[in-house]
Amino acid sequence: MLVSLYRYNPEVDAKPSMQDYELELPAGKDLMVLDVLELLKRKDPSISYRRSCREGVCGSDGMNINGTNGLACITPVSTVVKNGKLILRPLPGLPVVRDLVVDMTVFYTQFEKIEPYLINDKPVPAIERLQSPEEREKLDGLYECILCACCSTNCPSFWWNPDKFVGPAGLLQAYRFLADSRDTATDARLADLEDPFSVFRCRGIMNCVAVCPKGLNPTRAIGHIRSMLLQRAS
Amino acid sequence: MVTNVTSFGRSGLYDWVVQRISAVVLGVYFIALFAYLLLNPDLDYQQWHALFSTTWVRIASLMALLSICAHAWVGLWTISTDYLTTYLIGPKATVLRLLFQAGSVALMFIYLVWGIQILWGM
Repeated sequence: MLVSLYRYNPEVDAKPSMQDYELELPAGKDLMVLDVLELLKRKDPSISYRRSCREGVCGSDGMNINGTNGLACITPVSTVVKNGKLILRPLPGLPVVRDLVVDMTVFYTQFEKIEPYLINDKPVPAIERLQSPEEREKLDGLYECILCACCSTNCPSFWWNPDKFVGPAGLLQAYRFLADSRDTATDARLADLEDPFSVFRCRGIMNCVAVCPKGLNPTRAIGHIRSMLLQRAS
Repeated sequence: MVTNVTSFGRSGLYDWVVQRISAVVLGVYFIALFAYLLLNPDLDYQQWHALFSTTWVRIASLMALLSICAHAWVGLWTISTDYLTTYLIGPKATVLRLLFQAGSVALMFIYLVWGIQILWGM
């Protein structure tokens, strides 16, 4: 199999380039893309990428695989290879630190902006803040996000305005706290999202939904935020 | 919270509602107009003129015209703030964007006044 890999080391290279590697895959096995990268790194130790849990939980190895963002560790080679060729690039739209490693600062800044933690101004109860099973159910499909950035870096609105548009990952988490019955800052959270960029840059093209490795639906969450904003203002 | 003074209503929510409502107005207006054309295949100038002489068609047309202007402003503003940004093309972007936005507003204003003149001047 031919692996075409994005190579860029800003300290040495004037500009990024694609490097081709011919790789013999072990027969009778369907490797994950991450396994292919591990095999390549044995051949060429200068190849850089992030990885940690290798089972789709940590969200470290988000990358662009044959044109589609995904987690290398849970993407079987057989599902992505076209004409015997595997093309690996870093997540689009973020500055490249080296090879497949991107600088996620803008992504985390947007995440920080939505205050991704429970805010409750009532006195702390003796044991815990209780939720009914129905209230807890509202958080399903929201809390599972692992912040791999596959969605936000697949979103043109995030490409054009990463400093102003919160992006699908951040907005999914924004709704996760808006929907939480234990959170008392709903009004302040909504007030912070009403401007023309934070939420309303979303044009609903659902690129985020198409690539989420956890099968989550940020577009739906954004729709819920819009409804809450509308209800609050009318 | 991102501050911006050049958007239509200065609030994302307001712009979003304006765009949706104007889209409905435009949809209804043009479907009705299209249906009229289908129902009157042998339409001549006199009939077309008579149609646009009735007050309700003029009111509907003015509503559609205002809707186009509002809808286009929100849309063009969005385009200009997507592509004409410092982030994408450097410091000259702000001047370019403001010029584009001023040009768009001026053009829409001209079309609006011209449209009213056509609708009520016949």
